[in-house]
This record gives sequence, structure tokens and C-alpha cells, in this order.
Amino acid sequence: MMDGFDEVIKEFLVESYESLDQLDRDLIELEDAPDDRDRLASIFRTVHTIKGTSGFLALPKLERVAHVGENLLVPLRDGELTLEHDMADGLLGMVDAIREILGHLENDGGEGEGNYEPLVSKLEGLLYRSPAANLAPAIAQPEEEPSEEATAESTDDVETCEPEAVGESQGNETEDETAEPTETLGPIEPQAESAQQTEFEQQAGAEQPTGDLPKSQPAAAAASGAQPESGSSDTGSSGRGDRSHSLADSTIRIDVSVLDKLMNLVGELVLSRNQIMQFSHSVEDPTIAAASQRLNLITTELQEGVMKTRMQPIRNAWSKLPRVVRDLASGCGKNVQVQMEGADTELDKTILEAIKDPLTHIVRNSVDHGIESSEDRVLAGKPAAGTLWLRAFHESGQVNIEIADDGRGIDLDRVRHKAIEKGLVTAEQAAGMNDRELTALILLPGFSTAAKVTNVSGRGVGMDVVKTNIEKIGGTIDIHSTPGKGTTLRIKIPLTLAIVPALVVKSGQERYAIPQVSLLELVRLDAERAEREIEILYGTPVYRLRGNLLPLLYLDEQLKLREPSERTLDPDDAVNIVVLQAEDRQFGLIVDGITDTQEIVVKPLGSHLKAIPTFAGATIMGDGSVSLILDVNGLAQQGGVLSEHHGRMLEDSSRPADQSGDNRSWLVVDPGDQTQAAVPLEAVARLEEFAADAIERVDQQYVVQYRGEIMPLVDLQGRPVGHMDDEEDKRTQVVVYHEQETSVGIVVGRIVDIVEESVEIDAAHPERTVITGRVTRIVDPAAIVRSSGVLPPGPAAA
Amino acid sequence: MSDQAILCTFRVDHLFFGIEVSHVQEVLRPQQMTLVPLAPTVVHGLMNLRGQIVTALDMRKQLKLPPQEGDRQPMNVLVRMGDGLVSLLVDEIGDVIEVSRDQFEPAPETLPEVIRTAVHGVYKLPGRLLLLLDTKTLTVQEGSSNPVAWAG
Repeated sequence: MMDGFDEVIKEFLVESYESLDQLDRDLIELEDAPDDRDRLASIFRTVHTIKGTSGFLALPKLERVAHVGENLLVPLRDGELTLEHDMADGLLGMVDAIREILGHLENDGGEGEGNYEPLVSKLEGLLYRSPAANLAPAIAQPEEEPSEEATAESTDDVETCEPEAVGESQGNETEDETAEPTETLGPIEPQAESAQQTEFEQQAGAEQPTGDLPKSQPAAAAASGAQPESGSSDTGSSGRGDRSHSLADSTIRIDVSVLDKLMNLVGELVLSRNQIMQFSHSVEDPTIAAASQRLNLITTELQEGVMKTRMQPIRNAWSKLPRVVRDLASGCGKNVQVQMEGADTELDKTILEAIKDPLTHIVRNSVDHGIESSEDRVLAGKPAAGTLWLRAFHESGQVNIEIADDGRGIDLDRVRHKAIEKGLVTAEQAAGMNDRELTALILLPGFSTAAKVTNVSGRGVGMDVVKTNIEKIGGTIDIHSTPGKGTTLRIKIPLTLAIVPALVVKSGQERYAIPQVSLLELVRLDAERAEREIEILYGTPVYRLRGNLLPLLYLDEQLKLREPSERTLDPDDAVNIVVLQAEDRQFGLIVDGITDTQEIVVKPLGSHLKAIPTFAGATIMGDGSVSLILDVNGLAQQGGVLSEHHGRMLEDSSRPADQSGDNRSWLVVDPGDQTQAAVPLEAVARLEEFAADAIERVDQQYVVQYRGEIMPLVDLQGRPVGHMDDEEDKRTQVVVYHEQETSVGIVVGRIVDIVEESVEIDAAHPERTVITGRVTRIVDPAAIVRSSGVLPPGPAAA
Repeated sequence: MSDQAILCTFRVDHLFFGIEVSHVQEVLRPQQMTLVPLAPTVVHGLMNLRGQIVTALDMRKQLKLPPQEGDRQPMNVLVRMGDGLVSLLVDEIGDVIEVSRDQFEPAPETLPEVIRTAVHGVYKLPGRLLLLLDTKTLTVQEGSSNPVAWAG
């Protein structure tokens, strides 16, 4: 195809995608206010534009789908029909179909193989059901000819594909069981054209160009479609027209990579500015002082400006959520309203992209687990319809996003039971946990309280992934729940990733930067108070911060710059405690000195240093020297402030096994074929769970990237896994076996339990026994791995 | 493949090394370094190279040699590696020399492993031996050091 034409298609795709998102939103909102004529008119115009352009571009399927949708929209817009739930369903189905076709168009240039006739019949069915459809032919028929001609004159393409579409639908119609005679199709078809025409003629008398323009100038369709109307008396549509007109003139599309480059350059500039500012303080020259002051101002302004180019309203990430909620709620027989506040709050595009999936997941969780069914709600004295609030606002240089529901809240007892059952915590630990800590348990990997697995959530995947993704972009997540009242999730994320405010502290000879996101407060104790108030519990320093015990870490000890045994309190020195938040814990970091706060540009560390969890990166200070950026979570983890819940399961249950002679611990698994198998726990290096997208394929073998190596996956028969269910949300449970410094993953289906049992093994059949009252196949990982041949040949470890 | 190679040479303790000049970005005087606690011992620190943060590797530590005596600061040889730039800290920078292939020989088996795995082989120059450094051993994944006879 010609380049020019490709360009036209590209424009069409971009414009259409934008309008489709708008359509989704409009349709959902329309359900709440079915009489909103302005909105209906806008929906109609969008669909009409898509239909017109697709006719011009010779896309018969797309045109057909849009056309029946448009037909249904006409009586809706004219008030002859009221939007009902099934119509909204049908129209949303149409939006999906259009999106699908556009997807095909973008990827392979064609319309795809999809069969949209069922959808078309459904939409037509909805129209026939309406009383307006019976009126329609009477009005429409006389005008049929001229309107058809007008369309045909404007483009030849339309002429060729219009009859085709009719032909197709007729064929379909005869197959269809509807009682409507085929002939009705004729009149119905032009009804859309004519009805729309009459309305526009009444309104502005300018419909003719409007109707034709999109077909001849698809690229400018949206703008030009509205242009002729701007002079009309219809304020609703003229307002919209003006806006889209000016928008088209005043915006340009820029490749994100260009903005990334700009952002990097601004980062460099900020560094140079910091250096010059530092230098200018040491020279007493008013000219330099003035110049550097000006440089400072301009740099700050430029930084803000460039950052602004990458800023997008959070609406872009939210726009799909009402649709998700609606589909989900009707799937579970619930009624859920979505309320948005602060949709204009802006944040960096990269961050916006990164939070889209976590947000969807949280919203799905809220609708699925949080909000009760209408009956339960009424019984609990709440309105039948649940409400989901999405709020966004700026606070102290961060974006706060809240997802709140007025559902049943988190059942902490169930959380406690589940966590113990899943081996995430021991019963004693759980008993000692406060509500906040219990709530935080749902963020652990492998946790899901859904009693039954729904097709929505409850597959044991979820909140931990959400948490990981949020933390990846430097954000934090916090859950508050009131039983019976609802749950609020609050996500705090930085505005941007590249330049962050940080506190610069000193330890030993070097300075370190701590991102202010994690900073809660600074406490300075003079030597006398320090001696009195820093208490030592079995070698561990703690401090009472407003009545709460704050564990203390010495930064120099954590960095192994000094041994804890050398710890002395200098009677002349004050103690600086930096109070930090790591996940849900607070701790105090004792540093040698606090220098200042500074905007730092985060730079990655080289490959030799990437593996150190204590450092998040490095930055260049005002004097040109390099400083390391502390990773607060890594530091807390290393210092033992955050205990690693994950993995404790194995430690706890394997310990008694070592002492109790005959008793062995077994990992009981369900391979999914109604049998039971057991792996001796001592042969298991670790239990892991991999998301479907972590599993990759090389040749006929599935592998995962695991701790820096490529780990092959084998099944319980010792065959290399060559087939995976490609269910998206499925997580594969894997027993990691370690031999000859190589890890092999054994895919075990589902992990049922860990039991401690003294089993009798029949010498004749060493491969089977009875565990938990069931005949169980005993799996020897070493034998499996050897027979699979995935390990290099060599002496196998016993 | 040409029979000639141009090497950038440097000295670490009593050893003379060469690296293909095409791998070397530049050589620098002693630089201000930021020490990195918790890092592998071979990492000496981080330096600021015109806004880029570069990891400096101590060649003496890499080769298990004693620290340099006196207070002479090490020189930097900036080498381009697969995933970025590293700086090799060496005692002294030598000349850029041209060597020919017939002077080359794989390292003798009797060399201690720490040296043998770090080099491709030896150039027998008049009056001294020049070790051709294998930069691959300086990357994080140590281990698979396949001595190649000739570094193209």
C-alpha cells in the first residue's frame, strides 16, 4: 500500500483508540443517566465517524459492526428508546469488537478472522424489539434514496462495500431464527442515515458536509466532523466542536523516547547546576553569584517543564476501570458504582503505565472480595449498590492513590487462619500480631482468602504481585480495613523516577543518600540523652519513640564499616536517628551526621554491585563525587527489621524432622490426576511459585530464570516439561531441587500440605506408601532429575 | 584477522599486561573514588567519569597480589565491557605497542590458575613477556574462562 494511505490508517487507529476509551466511559456513565442527550449525541458522533472512515478505508467488517451500533444509537439519541442494561451490553460489545478489529488492522493490516455476525444480530435484535423500529421505516423510506446517493457520491469505496454489507447481513438474517422478514432490513439500514440527517438538518442545516467529510478526510474526521456545527445554535455540540478543534491545532504527538532523552539531559543539567551552586558559594564574586542564581532558577523551571511533558492525568489509567467493575459486578451478581475523585492528578507516564495493572487487580479484588452481594448488603443495612471510590491527590511530592470500597472489610480471623494454614506464619506468631500486621499478611506471596476460586481472583496470585510492582517504582502500599465498613488501599508513589529528593547522611568517610519517600522523621539526641534513652536489649539497641519501641540500626555496622563490638558512645557526640519506613515497619538508622536534603539523579550501579540489596543506585553530588543511594527496604531486610516471611515455611517444618528419628517430613502434592504424591522434604531446596509469564521456552523445554541461572522444569515423571497450560493467571508451583550447583524445578501441580509421618516402605515397592491415609507415590527428586537428563552428566550427589 | 594487534599495555606489580586498544576507551590519572561497603573485594570503588558512574576494579586484588607499597595512587584504564564501562586500577600505564601473532603462545599450564584464567595468553616480546588480558574474567559471572588463542 502507498505510504500516504498507511499514514491515514495510522491516524485513524490513533484517533479511534482514543475515541473508544471515551466511548467506554460514556456508555458506563450513560447507564446512570440514560437521558443524557449530549452524551448520546457524542457517542453517536464517535461511532458515526468510525463507520464513515471505515467505509472510506474499505473495511467492511468494521463498517458493518459500527453501522448496526449506529442504528441502535439513533433511536436512543432521539429519545425513542431508553438505554437498558442489555443495550449497554450490546454497545459495549460493539466497542470491544471495534477494538479487536483495529487491533488486527494495526498488527497485520487486515480485519482479522473474527466473526461478528452474532453481535450484529444481537444489536439488530435489540433494535427490532423497540417500538421505534416499527415507526422507523415509515419515516425513513421516502428519504432512503437521496441519502444513499449522497453517501455514494462522496466516495466510491462506500459504494462498493455498502451493498456488500447488506448482502452479508441478509444471508445471516435468513439463518437467524428471528421472525422478522428479510425485507425489513432495507428500510432499517438507511434509517440511521436519514434519521441522523433529519436531526442535523433541523439543528443546523449543515449536516451534509458533516456526514460526508469524515469519509473523504478521515485523518481530520474528528475535528472536521464538528467544525460545521460550531456555528450552530446547539451549544452542547458546538462547545465540543471548539474544543476538539483547538486541541487538534495545539497538540503534537511526540515519541516518548525523545522525552526520555530530554529528561536524561535535564538530569545532567541538574547535576551541573548543583556543582556550580556549590562552587559559587566558595567564591565571593557577585557576578558569578548572580549568574549561578539565574542558572538555578532556569534549571528548576526547565526540569519542571520537561517533567510536565511526561505528565499525564491519572484518568488515563482509570478510564478502563469502570468497565472492568461493571463487567465484573454483573458477573458476580453485584451492583457497584464507581466514584472518581482527582482524575486530573498528573503523574509521570512511566509510572502511570506501571500502575495500570496493579490498579486493575486491586479494583477486581475489591469488587470480588470486598463488596458484598446486594442481598447481603441490604441485610447489613447498607445501600444495595456498593460503591468503589478512586481518589488521587498530591501530597508532599508524592501521588496518593486510594481505592476504597464500602464492602465487608477484611476478616482478620480468616486472614489469620489462612496464613497459618498456608504456613506463612506460625500460630504463635499470628497470635502475637496486631490488626495492622495481620492486614499486611494479605500482601504476602501465596496468600488468598477467597474460599472458592472464582474466575476473577482467588488463585493465590495477586496482592503480592501488586505490592512488588508498586515497590518496583518506589511506591508503598498500605491497607486499612474496618470490618463491616469497608477497605481502603492507599498507594503512595513518587511523581517521577529519575530525579528524587533525598536526605544526605554521613557514615564513616562517605556520604549516602536516602530517598525521602521512606523518611519519616529525624531524631537528634544529645550525648547525655542518648546514653539514657538508647536502651540495649540483648545487644540490640532500641529507642522509645513516643512510647513505641523503635529498633535501631547503626548504618556503619550495616555497611560492615565497623563491628558492633566496637560500638561506643562518644560522650561529646549527639546521636542522629533517621526514622525510616520499610514496608510496614519503622526503624531508626543511626548515622554519623546529617548533611542536607538534595534533589538527586538516580543512576544505576554497574553489574558488579547490582546484587547488593542495600544500595538502590548511585548519584553524583554537588562536588562531583559519587554517593551511594541506600535502599531502605534492603537495609531493613539485612538488618533483620523485616523478617522474611517467605521461606520460613520450610525452615520451621524441617527443623523438628531432623530431631525425630523415624519421622520424616513429606511435602504432599497433588499432580492433578487424582493421585497423591509426596516428596521427602529434606530433598527440597525451596518451594517456588512462578507466574505464567515467568516461564519461558527454549527449544521444547520450559525454563525459568531463577537466581541468576536458567532453571529447567521437569514433571514428576522426570520428563522435561514441554507443555504448559497457558492460563494467564495460573501460577506454577515448583519444587526446586539442587544438585551439582545446578537447580532443577520439578513442577508438582498443587502443593497440598507438609506432613510429618513415620511411613513404612515396603521393600518390594519402595515407590509407594500411605501418607495422610491415602496411597501416595513417593517421588525421589534425585532420581527424577537424573532420568530427565537435564543435568550435565557427571557423578550424581547421593 | 590480521597478524598484527595493537595493545595498550600496563603494569600490575611485576606483571605486564596488554589489552586490545579497541577495548580501551581512555586512560586516566588517579581519580577520586567512593568506597562501596559490602561490595566484592575486587571492587575498589565508584568514580565519576563526566557524569557517568563507573565501577573501578582493583587489578591487584583480582590477581591476588599484595597491595601496592608506598602511597602511589593507581592509574585507571577504562575498558568497555559488554554491559558498560569499568575502570581497571593498575600500577603504571605503558606504551601502546604493536605485536605480531607469531609472538603469541597460550599461557603455560604451570601458571597459577588466578593468572592463567585471567589471560588469553602470552606475547614473547624481546626482553619481557606480555600477558594478553581476557576482559571476560572481569565480568560478574566468573568461571567459564575459555582461554582463546587469539583475541580478535
